[in-house]
Amino acid sequence: MDVTDREIKTKNAECKPAENKGSSVQIKVLFFARARDLTGLTELPLELSSGSTTQDCLNKLVARFPSLEEILGSMVLALNEEYTNESVIVQDKDELALIPPISGG
Amino acid sequence: MEINGGGGSAADVSRILSELETLKTVKSDIDRRISALEAQLRDTTNIEDKNDTVSNGSCPLISAVHSNINHDLTPDSVYRYSRHLLLPSFGVQGQSNLLKSSILVIGAGGLGSPALLYLAACGVGRLGIVDHDVVELNNMHRQVIHTEAYIGQPKVKSAAATCRSSSDKEVFSRINSTIQIVEYQEALRTSNALEILSQYDIVVDATDNAPSRYMISDCCVVLGKPLVSGAALGLEGQLSIYNYNGGPCYRCLFPTPPPTSACQRCSDSGVLGVVPGIIGCLQALEAIKIAGAVGEPLSGRMLLFDALSARIRIVKIRGRSSQCEVCGENSAFTQQQFKNFDYEKFTQAPLSTLPVKLNLLPEDSRISSKEYKEKIDNGEAHVLVDVRPEHHFKIVSLPNSINIPLASLEVRLPEISKALKEEEEGKAGASLYVVCRRGNDSQRAVQCLQKMGFNSARDIIGGLESWGCDVDPNFPTY
Repeated sequence: MDVTDREIKTKNAECKPAENKGSSVQIKVLFFARARDLTGLTELPLELSSGSTTQDCLNKLVARFPSLEEILGSMVLALNEEYTNESVIVQDKDELALIPPISGG
Repeated sequence: MEINGGGGSAADVSRILSELETLKTVKSDIDRRISALEAQLRDTTNIEDKNDTVSNGSCPLISAVHSNINHDLTPDSVYRYSRHLLLPSFGVQGQSNLLKSSILVIGAGGLGSPALLYLAACGVGRLGIVDHDVVELNNMHRQVIHTEAYIGQPKVKSAAATCRSSSDKEVFSRINSTIQIVEYQEALRTSNALEILSQYDIVVDATDNAPSRYMISDCCVVLGKPLVSGAALGLEGQLSIYNYNGGPCYRCLFPTPPPTSACQRCSDSGVLGVVPGIIGCLQALEAIKIAGAVGEPLSGRMLLFDALSARIRIVKIRGRSSQCEVCGENSAFTQQQFKNFDYEKFTQAPLSTLPVKLNLLPEDSRISSKEYKEKIDNGEAHVLVDVRPEHHFKIVSLPNSINIPLASLEVRLPEISKALKEEEEGKAGASLYVVCRRGNDSQRAVQCLQKMGFNSARDIIGGLESWGCDVDPNFPTY
């Protein structure tokens, strides 16, 4: 699965013009559970100005998908598969995961 | 060189057949002798086992069959669990730990079924099962511990019968008659949780609702029990271990419960049967690792399973939160506070899985399914709008109903106006009825329609479920 992810990343990078000299970063947002239902997506490439925090990412996502608001207060946020908080600065090619709890069984 | 030369063939066949016959007779004699000797050996060692216990197993044994055994596994256990014992990283010590452990599984549904099957099979000494539900036909696709014969009967009874026989007729379906199974045919509440959970080493959360998850996590913190928590919905699953070796509890991760609208149930959103099956198996695995004291349990990490894309991700999650209201440094969450805590209020959701019954409309804006049937029989001019999602509509629908999902109702009002006009041709005033699965969304739709000028809109109380119940028992329910 890691291999596939890397391949996707490479493809994305190839599609983009080879500029962006530090002015912006591109990250990948992963949606899980309810976040998937609300956005209708499993992942989304997101471009942000460099120096943006995870909170900035969330703001941008909510602006695009207002219904995400309902789960903002109750989910795990992971950056590159590790727990993160809202004030961490995201880097180019980072992967931000929105993980709301599932309660079904 | 020819082996089967002409006329020699018939003689050869006869010789082979005769030799086969002889060998088979000898073989069956040998088998009989082996079986008898094995029985004799079992009886002998059982007696010596008892002697062992009395003598604490420390004195030298005279019997040759019993020479060097430095553990407490019976010969039967050695044979039954031999494949565990052969694992260098599990071995005698792991199995011995397992046999002495006690594990409580809360929920005998989609997650609990496989978890219980494996925990029973692998030889957990004492296995508790909590569930208040009965087995239903629509459980069978994923709750694989239950059999059709138990539909309508308590899940706890059904699950316990599969794990170990409770009567002779079930002798073929039991998995492990040597372990102890404890049945709790009741809903877990703050009033009984402390008493039940305190009797076990490890707790497995296999429930299906948010308030139960918070309640079980808090109870585990108060009692200092490790919690193996699994969840599954749709095509996704989640798994983690809470309150283990200084790791986080469920509340450290999710201090604020999600809003009711975000808490979905399998009965509403659906679930692919094998998904809870996989998560339930992983719960059994993690519980076995803790009980056997082997490996690296999934604490401080969360496993995310995505069935559709065949991906498993393991995310490092936060450690214990010092601010946590239950397990944090300054928390003084006591057993008494636990008992008084209102989990249904905290999560705005019921502990039971019973669907909510809203009552948003005045009586004159609603009709019963029986009344609607009369209107059809009387040939009353009307339009019936079914506001369920399209994939629900495809399962079953009432004749002549038009499907406009609630989410797109406002933009598709012209379709309703048009249908009403067509229906009114040659007749005076057509009525507008709205139906859904259970009679909640239909009320929301009527509120919306009345606001948009369709003042006569009315909903069918109890939706298609009531139609199936009160009008047409052959109407498929789901």
